[in-house]
Amino acid sequence: MKSKTWINLAYQSGALVLALLITALILAAVGIPPLAAFGSILKGALGSTASLQYLLMAWFPLLLTTAGVLITFSAGLWNIGVEGQITLGAIFTTWMLRLLQDSSLPAGLIIFLGILAGILGGALWAGLAGALKTFGGVNEIFGGLGLNFVSTALTIYLVFGPWKRPGVASMSGTLPFERSLWLPTFEGTNLSPWSLGVAILAMVLVYFLLRGTHFGLRLKAVGRNMKAAYLMGVPTWQYSMLAFLLCGAFVGLAGALQVTAVYHCLLPNISGGYGFLGLLVAMLVNYQALWAAPIALFFALLNTGSIQLQIVYGLASSFSGVFQSLLVLLVLLGEGVRQRLLKKS
Amino acid sequence: MNVELRDIHKIFGKLHANAGINLSIPAGTIQGILGENGAGKSTLMKVLSGFIRADQGEILLDGRPVVIHSPADAIRHGVGMLHQDPLDFPPMHIIDNFILGRRGGIFPNRKTAIRDFNKLAEEFGFKINPEASVDSLTVGERQQLEILRLLWLGARVLIFDEPTTGISAAQKAKLFAALKLMAGQGKTILFVSHKLEDVEGLCHRVAILRQGHLVGDAVPPYETRSLVEMMFGKAIGVEARNPCAGAETILRLQDLSVEDYRLKIRDVSLEVCSGEVIGLAGMEGSGQGLFLRSVGGMVRSTGGRILLRGRDLTGRSYHTFKKHGTAFLPAARLEEGLAAGLTLTEHVVLAEQPRGFFVNWENSRQLTQKRIEAFNIRGTPASPVEALSGGNQQRALLSLMREPLNLLLLEHPTRGLDIESTIYIWSKLKERCARGTSILFISSDLEEILQYSDRVLVFFAGKVTPPLEASGLTSQTLGELIGGKGWPDLGAGSQS
Repeated sequence: MKSKTWINLAYQSGALVLALLITALILAAVGIPPLAAFGSILKGALGSTASLQYLLMAWFPLLLTTAGVLITFSAGLWNIGVEGQITLGAIFTTWMLRLLQDSSLPAGLIIFLGILAGILGGALWAGLAGALKTFGGVNEIFGGLGLNFVSTALTIYLVFGPWKRPGVASMSGTLPFERSLWLPTFEGTNLSPWSLGVAILAMVLVYFLLRGTHFGLRLKAVGRNMKAAYLMGVPTWQYSMLAFLLCGAFVGLAGALQVTAVYHCLLPNISGGYGFLGLLVAMLVNYQALWAAPIALFFALLNTGSIQLQIVYGLASSFSGVFQSLLVLLVLLGEGVRQRLLKKS
Repeated sequence: MNVELRDIHKIFGKLHANAGINLSIPAGTIQGILGENGAGKSTLMKVLSGFIRADQGEILLDGRPVVIHSPADAIRHGVGMLHQDPLDFPPMHIIDNFILGRRGGIFPNRKTAIRDFNKLAEEFGFKINPEASVDSLTVGERQQLEILRLLWLGARVLIFDEPTTGISAAQKAKLFAALKLMAGQGKTILFVSHKLEDVEGLCHRVAILRQGHLVGDAVPPYETRSLVEMMFGKAIGVEARNPCAGAETILRLQDLSVEDYRLKIRDVSLEVCSGEVIGLAGMEGSGQGLFLRSVGGMVRSTGGRILLRGRDLTGRSYHTFKKHGTAFLPAARLEEGLAAGLTLTEHVVLAEQPRGFFVNWENSRQLTQKRIEAFNIRGTPASPVEALSGGNQQRALLSLMREPLNLLLLEHPTRGLDIESTIYIWSKLKERCARGTSILFISSDLEEILQYSDRVLVFFAGKVTPPLEASGLTSQTLGELIGGKGWPDLGAGSQS
């Protein structure tokens, strides 16, 4: 057992080194000194209190989406629709806040109800993908992809239609809510202790859910072998649906927090790619919840840090995605190679 | 050619596959080698044909000791073997396959070869076009090709390993005629089989192997009972077993009908009492699988009623049946029974009724360790199930069954297992019976059906016999029923 863990670790570090090397080659090819570039990423992410704050602001939604997709991955489901589920969370939250903002209810309660609505929205959208799979035989990858497009269209429609700003509608979204409907932030920053706390709590929850409970084990059985799980007494399609709903709830919460704590309005592309990034993190940690938090932090660091790349070298900040994808690819490749070698020996 | 085997030993790991076998066969004899699966027949034949080397012992051909290093070596000594699955090269022309293995010359002379081939084929009444492609042949024709090839290569001792599996009745008749013809020419034929009827109908003498030992021989007229007794070490289906005297009825089927896209099973009525074992026999796909799954609620029946201990469960799902003490063990262990990637402990936890929200891993590990010991599983609580061998997987599946059980439904419980595992698994199943569990099981192994069933249902193309007392059955009659013969004779009188 022990040696297996070490071998795993060796393969994964190997993949990391290789990913760094290839990224360095790409950087060098476009005429940017790689080491300096890496340095500026680090500086961009960790160099100041402001950058640390941005790092954490990228971390918490990623934690939530990773927590969510870990549940669906456990059940053997590829919840590609996670982006749409974040978006629906944001839409439902915005909707609830708009409904109640002129009411006499206390602001805290309105925020709470808004977030609850977001959770519900995410769960509903995921439930839709699940229902399509369970009752309609539509693979969750295609269903999710379709629903992602629908959610984007819905956001655009709302931002430019019924919920548009007074005067001219714009890509910068709906009219921001009043300050009283913002989640409280750390003094002098845009970072809310609430969103950070909730995200960490969610990850801890998912960790224990998957590792220590009958529910988690049964999910895993469904994911590994549906037929065997059924014969062992697990109600299989119900568990698949539950996995979708739970995942939707977590990522819907991410969407809700983007509205209440970060943007204070609904804007196009509010999911910010955190859903797909969460899928990458989950794959990278081989669906083990324990490593999800640090890896998510690492990815958040790459995202925030590469903004510095843009400032210094004029390189699109989406360059971090190149490294992240390379890393995931190489880790998966390493796993494939290891399996092959195992078979041979 | 006279063949003599002296004190042949072969050990595979812990298994003593051949334990000191002595056998002498005069030329011109059709020698039957009888034994159940795993008795050591194939091992002995592979030793003789050079596929494996014996750990000890010697082989004499016409009184001369020989050492056979390889199959090619064997054929030089005049010994050729036909395997259970004919080992040829499908995309080739028949004649090329025929020439293959012949020594001498870089360019084989196809013309003479074709002439020889046709002459030999005519002699045996085989109709094969040498220019056709091998994959156009049926299993029986491939066998004929292989016979011709071995004879052409000069074989004077021919070994047939389960040759009647997978060939038609007409081809079987042809094969038997060819074997008799060869014996008449002075060739020595070794005919390996676990099918009593074939051996009885063909062989001049029979040697019986059991668990690696030569336990006896026989000459015609054969007494089936004594052959079976030697094969299994005890008389099977002789003593009338009646576990049902005064016992409670566990399962009651009333006019059960079920169908899929191929088969329609109509109006099966059956009462199974506590502790009783019902064997479901038939060629694969004759309806026994469908029937078994409908009895467990995995396939919805189309008519009739299913009562488990008096409770009507007709139309309910497998999970309801499970709640009422039914367990189903599928034949496809890793496809349906076990979840690859999960450990034994995780399986044990899954199979139990969950208690509380959190899993008590320490308790579960201890429980798993107990199961591992009780069921003789070679593995640890942390072993992923796919790392276990077939027999261990089957024992693991058995160990997952809840306690107590009313009804146990088994698909091929011992398929692919060695004899040790088979015996062990049945001993565990019989323990369950003693505690009142009723068993329905499917097997394509006639001996297994006869040995372990109290009563037997035979399936043929969706038709089902009334329950037949196993004690009144022989493998002969059972084999005929499976093959669709003798069905009208079944009077209503045998219904119990």
